Amino acid sequence: MSSRRWGLGAYAVLFYVYLYLPIVVLIVFSFNSDRLNLFWEGFTWRWYEQLLRDGRVALATRNTLFVALTSTFISTVIGTLAALALQRHAFWLKRLSEPVLYLPIVIPEVVMGIGLLSLYSTFKLTLGLLTVTLSHIAFSIPFVALVVRARLHGFDRRLEEAAMDLGADEATTFRRVTLPLILPGVLSGAMLAFTLSLDDFIITFFTAGPGSSTLPLLVYGMVKTHITPEINALSTLWVLTVFVLLLGSQALQSRSARTA
Amino acid sequence: MNRRNRATWIGWMAIAALLAGCAGGAATPGGGEATPPPAGEDQVLNLFAWSEYVPQALLDGFTEETGIVVNYDAYSSNEEMYAKIKAGASGYDLIQPSDYWVSLMAQEGLLEELDLSKIPNIANVDPSLPYDLYDPGHRYSIPYQWGSVALAVNTETVTTPVTSYNDLWNPDFAGRLVLLDDERQIIGMALMALGYDPNTTDPAELQAASVKLMDLVPNIRLFDSDTPSTALLSGEVDLGLIWNGEGSIAHAENPAIDYIYPSEGTIFWYDNLSIIQGAEHVDAAHAFMDYVLRPEVSLLITAEFPYSNPNKAALDLLQQTDPDAYQAYMDFPATNPPPDALAGAFVLVDVGEATALYDRVWTEFKTATGG
Amino acid sequence: MRAIRAWGQQIRESSSAQGVLLVLPAFGWMLVFLILPILLILILSFAWRGQYGPVDWGSSLSEFLDRLSLDSYVRLVDPLYLEVLWTSLRMAAVTTGICILVGYPVAYFLARSQGRLRSLLLFLLLVPFWTNFLIRIYAWMILLRTHGLLNRALVGIGLLSEPVTVMYTPTAVMIALVYEFLPFMVLPLFTSLEKIDAHLFEAASDLYARPARTFWRVTLPLSLPGVIAGTILVFVPTMGMFVVPDLMGGARTALVGNLVRQQFLSARDWPFGSAASMVLMLLTLVATLIYTRVSGFGEELAV
Repeated sequence: MSSRRWGLGAYAVLFYVYLYLPIVVLIVFSFNSDRLNLFWEGFTWRWYEQLLRDGRVALATRNTLFVALTSTFISTVIGTLAALALQRHAFWLKRLSEPVLYLPIVIPEVVMGIGLLSLYSTFKLTLGLLTVTLSHIAFSIPFVALVVRARLHGFDRRLEEAAMDLGADEATTFRRVTLPLILPGVLSGAMLAFTLSLDDFIITFFTAGPGSSTLPLLVYGMVKTHITPEINALSTLWVLTVFVLLLGSQALQSRSARTA
Repeated sequence: MNRRNRATWIGWMAIAALLAGCAGGAATPGGGEATPPPAGEDQVLNLFAWSEYVPQALLDGFTEETGIVVNYDAYSSNEEMYAKIKAGASGYDLIQPSDYWVSLMAQEGLLEELDLSKIPNIANVDPSLPYDLYDPGHRYSIPYQWGSVALAVNTETVTTPVTSYNDLWNPDFAGRLVLLDDERQIIGMALMALGYDPNTTDPAELQAASVKLMDLVPNIRLFDSDTPSTALLSGEVDLGLIWNGEGSIAHAENPAIDYIYPSEGTIFWYDNLSIIQGAEHVDAAHAFMDYVLRPEVSLLITAEFPYSNPNKAALDLLQQTDPDAYQAYMDFPATNPPPDALAGAFVLVDVGEATALYDRVWTEFKTATGG
Repeated sequence: MRAIRAWGQQIRESSSAQGVLLVLPAFGWMLVFLILPILLILILSFAWRGQYGPVDWGSSLSEFLDRLSLDSYVRLVDPLYLEVLWTSLRMAAVTTGICILVGYPVAYFLARSQGRLRSLLLFLLLVPFWTNFLIRIYAWMILLRTHGLLNRALVGIGLLSEPVTVMYTPTAVMIALVYEFLPFMVLPLFTSLEKIDAHLFEAASDLYARPARTFWRVTLPLSLPGVIAGTILVFVPTMGMFVVPDLMGGARTALVGNLVRQQFLSARDWPFGSAASMVLMLLTLVATLIYTRVSGFGEELAV
């Protein structure tokens, strides 16, 4: 038994090495003095300095975060509700809802992009952060719904019934029993939605307007003239920020655990 | 990186900085009179352009002089830009279409007709370039930069001389080629190699090109439209068909990589500025166009990007102010194509309904390279 | 007031009404932001390409409607396009298979790990994908090139006698594709593995004793919903994927994603592109539905 656990642990370590190998390369090459970033040439802080002065990158970062956070929140709520409905209720709309919810996953991105753009211009909606966010919510909902459904599958409803029998009303039952049980699924879904939104290019390209470019748009645009290590620097700062937040929250948690 | 070359580029940057200073000032040497600030509420200009293709110094100079703030959003291919403009109201004023996209979009009523009286600096443009092929009389566009698609060869690893498209078919080059991932350019290359016009709509000629391309399959290592110089510089491939800008970059990093105009003829491209039909800030767009055509402003573009400059007055100005930089520009074939290359010049035009034929040839070819 | 209260009561008691209410936001959102655009594309797929432009709208609505036809669909029936479809299918299937094989043990490990370590590892699973996609792919190129970091390292320590060519081969495409899609497999796997009661394993190992048997008879069947969700999340997007194959494989294959994009962008033939995407969507949708039905995903309530 323990040797098997060891094997599994060693495998997990290898897996995370695979996951982080390119990220380490990406970080190291953010200090590369070669503008084309092909080979290692020498150490420099130049790209970080350039990054701090770059107004377009700052604007795009703000836009990206705004769109990702907003669309993740809304699509997680809507997607979780839909998963609950599909997994636990039988209703006339179900037969129709299921394929409709898979649509954003099966639709080619170019088609969705051009379709959405035509829609917005038919309804005279000015292209901007709003249209980008609306579109991101649309493609994120099914990802959340699917992951939450997988979690709900085989969910023991007797737990909820027990809570109700003990006098809890529906809201309390949901908050105290259902939600904690499906929370891992909801969080996984939210993280997938966030990840998708952060990196979406094609749909964003078609639905963005003047001044609402996101980071992926900025970076894809750079390919013709070679993406500079400035973008590596940006990714590095972003990863570092996430790690600092992560470690911070861990430290906070362990402190509160100790005082409790 | 080549030392001499780097010195040249640094020199260019210095001029750029200097000129940017001048451009911001009131007295502008060599150009027309300063553009009066446009009337009304034109305080914004929404520019949809190739990425990293409009220098920040140029945008800053324009804003300083006119008070108009430029929103600069980017695209990376004409196709993407066209699909976006075509599918709906985008909110942009100015775009940067290449040659046949200007005629195509004009025919479709997507472009606003220019008021040339508001662009007096149009007189600075080199009259010998073939604007008539896509926009006679600058009705819809003003030229921005131009260049070519030709052969890049690493002379360290390729010892046999390469002078024509047909040389690429040499069996010695198995798995050593990079090609642009571009339907019209590659089929155009095969057509020219066969002695046909790259704009042909004749199904028989296209069929011949298809057969010709199939023979090239074993030699192809990869397709890359964005940064083909990467594969050349990293040593994955030894030769290929690439943009002149990429040729300049490759040559600057590794002087053994030459940029060669093939004997069968070369496809040239011309990037422009055009106003979108129904744009909200038409006056600001005209002011921007005139500003870009000032010689000293135009040099800002040339200093940053290794393409050819259509602005004759700008090159004359460079010759006076910095003869060395001018000489470097004139001596390098990627920025200043030799006369015989220009003599065999082609410009792509829209092939209309034959597009479906091109498309089929391309998909067949790609299916063959994949399997 | 009374009517409203009665209505509320009715909803509270009727599972069907609750279901409709819960699914309505998602359904409505899809209706506006997906069904409407798709209807538009569907109409386009019966239209004609203009001489210059992507669609010939005709001079009047009636002329446009008169000329609607199935021509674009007829054009699709062509061995060439079937081959393109087959290539994409194969690529998606292989990617999904590898993702399951590589991801399952990790998901299992995550599900069996405890507390803070688990949340940390889960988070670490996604952080790499918060960097920019292109930059990640470029990092893989720096690693995998013939004179790249991995080759140099392996030759340096003597594991390889000479560099191997990986870039612009199917292997390179697979390495990056699996990398990009792993979280979409591991997360659903984890969520379904995690809820399996640990006592079940103990009971199973008490009864069967052999770990392999425990896995085949207990773990795998119970984690099937996760496998299915993961398969959908990986297989379907990979079907339409073209950026990774273009960058890592040197754009040497024509895939369905390339074909659709090409029609909308370079060929400017929106009717044909629309027809191709309609067929692609229909095929994937039907396959997905059959797959979920056959595997019984989400069907426990239907009984």
